[in-house]
Amino acid sequence: MSTMTTPVLEARNVTMRFGGLTAVRSVDFTVNAGEIVGLIGPNGAGKTTFFNCLTGLYVPTEGTVTYQGTVLPPKPHLVTKAGIARTFQNIRLFANMTVLENVLVGRHTRTKEGLWSALLRGPGFKKAEKASEERAMELLEFIGLEAKRDHLARNLPYGEQRKLEIARALASEPGLLLLDEPTAGMNPQETRATEELVFAIRDMGVAVLLIEHDMRFVFNLSDRVAVLVQGEKLVEGTSEVVQADERVIAAYLGEPFDGDPGATEAAGADAADAQSTTSTKGEGQ
Amino acid sequence: MTDTTTRGLIPLPLPAARALLLAGGIATAASAFLAWTWTSEFPGDLTISGYPGGLQWLTFIAGLLTTVFALAAYDIRGLRGLIPARNNAPLVLTALGGFGVTWYTVVSIAAELGGLANLEPGGWVAAIASLLPVIGAFALPEPRTASAKGNLKAYLAKPDGIPAPAPLSPWVERAIITVATIVGLAVFTYGIDTEYGELFVGYLIVVVFAVWAMHTAGLNDRFSRIVARNRSFTLAMGFAAAIAFPFTQTNDHYANIGVNILIFGTVALGLNIVVGLAGLLDLGYVAFLGVGAYTAALVSGSEFSRFSGVHFPFWAAALTGAAASLVFGVLIGAPTLRLRGDYLAIVTLGFGEIFRIAVNNLDGDSGPDLTNGPNGIPAIPDLKFFGFNLGDAHDIAGFTLGRFANYYLLMVLIMAIVVLVYTRAADSRIGRSWIAIREDETAATAMGINGFRVKLIAFALGATLAGLAGTVSAHVTYSVVPTPYQFAGSTPPNSAFLLAAVVLGGMGTVAGPILGAALLYLLPEKLVFLQDKSLLAFGIALILLMRFRPEGIIANRRRQLEFHETGQLDVPETTTLTGEPAAVTKAGA
Repeated sequence: MSTMTTPVLEARNVTMRFGGLTAVRSVDFTVNAGEIVGLIGPNGAGKTTFFNCLTGLYVPTEGTVTYQGTVLPPKPHLVTKAGIARTFQNIRLFANMTVLENVLVGRHTRTKEGLWSALLRGPGFKKAEKASEERAMELLEFIGLEAKRDHLARNLPYGEQRKLEIARALASEPGLLLLDEPTAGMNPQETRATEELVFAIRDMGVAVLLIEHDMRFVFNLSDRVAVLVQGEKLVEGTSEVVQADERVIAAYLGEPFDGDPGATEAAGADAADAQSTTSTKGEGQ
Repeated sequence: MTDTTTRGLIPLPLPAARALLLAGGIATAASAFLAWTWTSEFPGDLTISGYPGGLQWLTFIAGLLTTVFALAAYDIRGLRGLIPARNNAPLVLTALGGFGVTWYTVVSIAAELGGLANLEPGGWVAAIASLLPVIGAFALPEPRTASAKGNLKAYLAKPDGIPAPAPLSPWVERAIITVATIVGLAVFTYGIDTEYGELFVGYLIVVVFAVWAMHTAGLNDRFSRIVARNRSFTLAMGFAAAIAFPFTQTNDHYANIGVNILIFGTVALGLNIVVGLAGLLDLGYVAFLGVGAYTAALVSGSEFSRFSGVHFPFWAAALTGAAASLVFGVLIGAPTLRLRGDYLAIVTLGFGEIFRIAVNNLDGDSGPDLTNGPNGIPAIPDLKFFGFNLGDAHDIAGFTLGRFANYYLLMVLIMAIVVLVYTRAADSRIGRSWIAIREDETAATAMGINGFRVKLIAFALGATLAGLAGTVSAHVTYSVVPTPYQFAGSTPPNSAFLLAAVVLGGMGTVAGPILGAALLYLLPEKLVFLQDKSLLAFGIALILLMRFRPEGIIANRRRQLEFHETGQLDVPETTTLTGEPAAVTKAGA
C-alpha cells in the first residue's frame, strides 16, 4: 500500500459562506494517493457543502483546493476532466439510458470524438467507440453488471444502481473518487459488498474519499477519518483515534455544544418515543 | 382466446358470437357493393350497385379486416399468426372500425342530403350489417387481465407478456418489410389523394382502428422487432417508397402536399434533435426555417431581392442558408442556453417572434432595406440542375413528373441527409451526452460533460437542418413572406405545429416527427370544414393523446418504458433486498 504520502487532493483553509451563514470554516484536508479517507459528521455539519467545493459545484469563498498540485477549476466538468469523479447522495443515474450507455457517458472526458467525426463515421470514430465500449464492459464486469448491459438504469434494483453509479464515475478514469453516502438505504449484505468494492477500487490505484453515516462501514474502510461539526474540522486521524475522541461522541450524542444541530437531533430522536405529539422544542426534556 | 370463464357484455353463447362476427364482417364487406343513396350529390357516387365507390371502399376494407381477424380467431391454419396475443381486442377494434366508417357514411348521407329518405335500401343493409360484428365482438367472453379491470377497457387492452417469436429467416423478414412498405405507401397515398373531407374522415377512422387493432394483436410489436433486426434495409425501403410516391400521382397538387409534408417533416426532425434528444424546449424554432428561406431568397437571383444581381447555384444557396441559420442558432443559443426548462422555452418563444417582427420591418422605412417587409421576396426563380429545370414537367419512363414532384424528389434527398445526420449524431458520444443532459444535467456535468457547449451544438445543428429545409421551401413556394414564421397559426409550419408534430409523432424517433408532420399537415388541408376551429380540434386531440399515449404515436423505447411501467419485456424478474427508504441509515450512528 502506498501510504507514502503523495497528496492527491489538498484543501487549504477552505471556507464557504452563503450570505451570513458559514457552512464550512477554514478546513484543511488532504487525501493521499492510494488512501481511503472517511468524512463524517452530524447532519448539517457541512459535509456535502465541502464536497461540492471539491467538485467545482461551489467555488470556495476563501482558500484553495488543489488536485495533484494544480488548483481545481471552478467548473464541475473541468474537475472531472482533471481527475476527480463523484457519485451522488441520492442516486443520479441517467434513468432512461441503458446500463452500458450510462458508463459510456462516464467516458466522455476521456474520449474526444465530436459531432463531425460522428457524422462522417471515419475509422477513427469506430475505433474510439469500440475502445470505449470495451473499457465500459470491463468496468461492468468489475461491478458484476455485465449481463445487464442493455437494461435501462431505472429498472435496476437499488443496490445495483449504486454500483452502476460508481462504475460510471470510474469510467472517467479518476485519480480520486468521491463517494457521497454510498451505502445509504442499503441492507447489511449490500453494505458489505460495497465495502469490498471500495477496497477493490483502492487497489486499482484510485484514492477514495467517502461521506458516510454508517459508522461501522466508515471505520472498517478508512485509513483516516475526518470529523466535520458545524463546518469545522473537529478531529482527524485513524479510526481508533476518532472513535475514542470524546468530542466526536459528544457531537453525535449531543451533550455539551450550545445549539449544536447534532445535539438537538439526537436528543429529539430519544424524546420522540416519550412525547410523540406536540413540542418541536429541543429543550423540552 | 385465453381465460374464458366470464361472460361478455352482451349475453350470447361463444359460437354464436364468433359466427356473428364472421358473418357480420362478410356482410359488411358485401354491403359495399350495394347502392347506398339515390343521388350522386353525395361525393364519391355511392349510387351504383355492383362495385363500391368512395367511402364504400373503406367499408369494404374494414369488413374484410373484420372477416380476416374473425377467421384468425377460429384458429384457421395460416391465419393464426395474425393475433399473436390470442386476445379479443383486435376483433372488437376492427368491428368498431367497420361500424364507425359505415355509420359515419350513412349518417353524413342523411345529414348532408337532408333526411333518412335519401338512403337507398343498400344503405340500411350496410348499417345493419356493420352493427352485427360489433354485437358479436361484445358478446365475446370478457377477458380479465390484471392490468385492465374496467369492462370496456378489458375489451381494448393489449395483454402483457406476448411470447416473442423465433426470428424468421432474413429473406422472409425482408419480404415482410417490403410488403409492409408497399401497403404503407398505398395507405399513405390514398390518404393524400382523398378528394373530399368525408372520405378523409372515413379513411382516418379505418386507419386508426386498423392500426389500433394490429397494436393490440401484438402485430406492431412483432413488426418493430423485425425492423430492429433489419434497420438499414427498412431505411432503404422507406426511401424507395418515398421516391416512388410522385410516380403514383397524376395530379401535381398532391405532389405539392407531399413536398410540403417533407419540408415540415424535415424541420420537425431537426427540432427533434433539440427537443427529443437534448431536451431543450424551443418554442421559436420556425425562425430558423425562415432564416434559411430568406437567405435562399436573397441569393436566388429574384429581381425583388435586395441583392438581385446575386444568383447562387442551389448547392451554394443551400450552404449559405444553412450557414446563416447556424450563425443565428449560435447567436440565439449562446445567451439563452444558460437558462433551464421553462425559462428557455419563454426566451426562445421571444426570439422566434423577434425574427418575424424584424423581417416584417426590414423594409427600408422602419429599418434597413433587406427583406422587403410584409411584401416579402416574390418571384423566386426555379432551380436548375445541369440544365434540368425543376420548374418544368418532365416525362420519366412514361410517368409525368410535374414541378412539385421535382421538388419533392429534391426534398427526399434533403430529408435523407437530415435522417442520416440525426441517426449518426444520436448514436455517438455527442448524442449520448445530449440524452444525459436531458436526463439529469447536474449528473451529466459531474461526468465531465460541458453542458453549455453540448447544448449549443444541439441547438446549432437543429438550426442548420431547419435552414437547409428552408432553402428548398423558398423555391417551392415562389416567394417568402414573414407571416408563416410565427409561433402559432392554423396552418403549418409554425413553431407550435412543429413541436406538436414532434410530440405527437414520438420524441426521439426518426419516423415519429415525420409521421406527426404528415398528420398535422394533412388534417387542416383535408378537413376544410374545420376551418378556424382546427386549432381547437388540435388542442383537444393533443390533450387526449397526452392522456392516453404520452410517448407519441411511434414510441421511442426509452419513452415507452418511462411512461408505462408495466409490460416491459427486458425487466428482470429478480427482486433483491432493496427498497428501504434512504433515511434509515441517515439518522443512525
